[in-house]
Amino acid sequence: MKIVITILVCLAALPAQASENILNERMDAYRAQGGADFDADRGKRMWAETHTQSASGKSVSCTSCHSANLKQTGSHIRTGKLIEPMAASTAGADRFKDPAKIEKWFLRNCKWTLGRECTAQEKGDFLAWFLSQ
Amino acid sequence: MNNRLMIGSVVMATCVMLAVSNIALADWDGDERGMFERTPTVPVVASKQYESECGSCHFAYQAGWLPARSWKKMMGTLDQHFGENAELDQATRDNITAYLVAEAADNRPNRKSRKILRSIAEDESPLRISTLRYINHKHDEIPTRLIEGNAKVHSRANCAACHTEASSGNFNEHGVTIPGYGRWDD
Repeated sequence: MKIVITILVCLAALPAQASENILNERMDAYRAQGGADFDADRGKRMWAETHTQSASGKSVSCTSCHSANLKQTGSHIRTGKLIEPMAASTAGADRFKDPAKIEKWFLRNCKWTLGRECTAQEKGDFLAWFLSQ
Repeated sequence: MNNRLMIGSVVMATCVMLAVSNIALADWDGDERGMFERTPTVPVVASKQYESECGSCHFAYQAGWLPARSWKKMMGTLDQHFGENAELDQATRDNITAYLVAEAADNRPNRKSRKILRSIAEDESPLRISTLRYINHKHDEIPTRLIEGNAKVHSRANCAACHTEASSGNFNEHGVTIPGYGRWDD
């Protein structure tokens, strides 16, 4: 009986654990690419940092679409569509389940916000910030 | 004899009911009289890929809102998608294009798509659903402060902000709740 309960409890905890595992795996990959000592505070600072888009001259940051508080819902700057929270603790079970999806959005959103791809170090710092929340 | 009379009455009553409900269901607004089209609205989105790739940034507009020629043009210009770069890899783009074209307004008959098509000139391939003649006409009584001037709505393109059942294809005004204002019934 105890075994059954233990298994059930483990199964219930799987989704959240799966997200964290994927994020940790990604951070390992970034370490292999030269990143080190990922820092949630640095991630938090970069999250709010504003950049000027060369094409539009607009001042933007990650918080233009995501919320500054990772546990809250964001809203797309152009369409107004709601964007789910990014904090690992509040993110839905499938928010971080696919490594390819994480890389796709890093690529697209770093280019949009910074005008270039993010480095392995920056990506690791961002994920550390998501995991800390 | 009595039995036949009863069956006859039931059949007759059913016919009358169907006829009346068909007229009642038909939208007499505008110049459309498509009351014999069986499906009243655009079919719901049936592609997970379209929903996740496109629906991450905006409402996943049902394909029935635009003709196939518009979707082809849209998917061929994703690097300049309403001022954003929304490029996809070739395989994903081809899949989504095939889905949108197959489900486009001119390929999946329904009353809503018919009205949309009628409001678009044949030599035009519009990309912006929110300013089609039909959509303009449907929203002409809503003050801009409730849409563009409303931080929770932002734009007509954000359908689901007010049309609470938008993703199931229901854009009926009875399903409208404008954030900060409430229900809209005219």
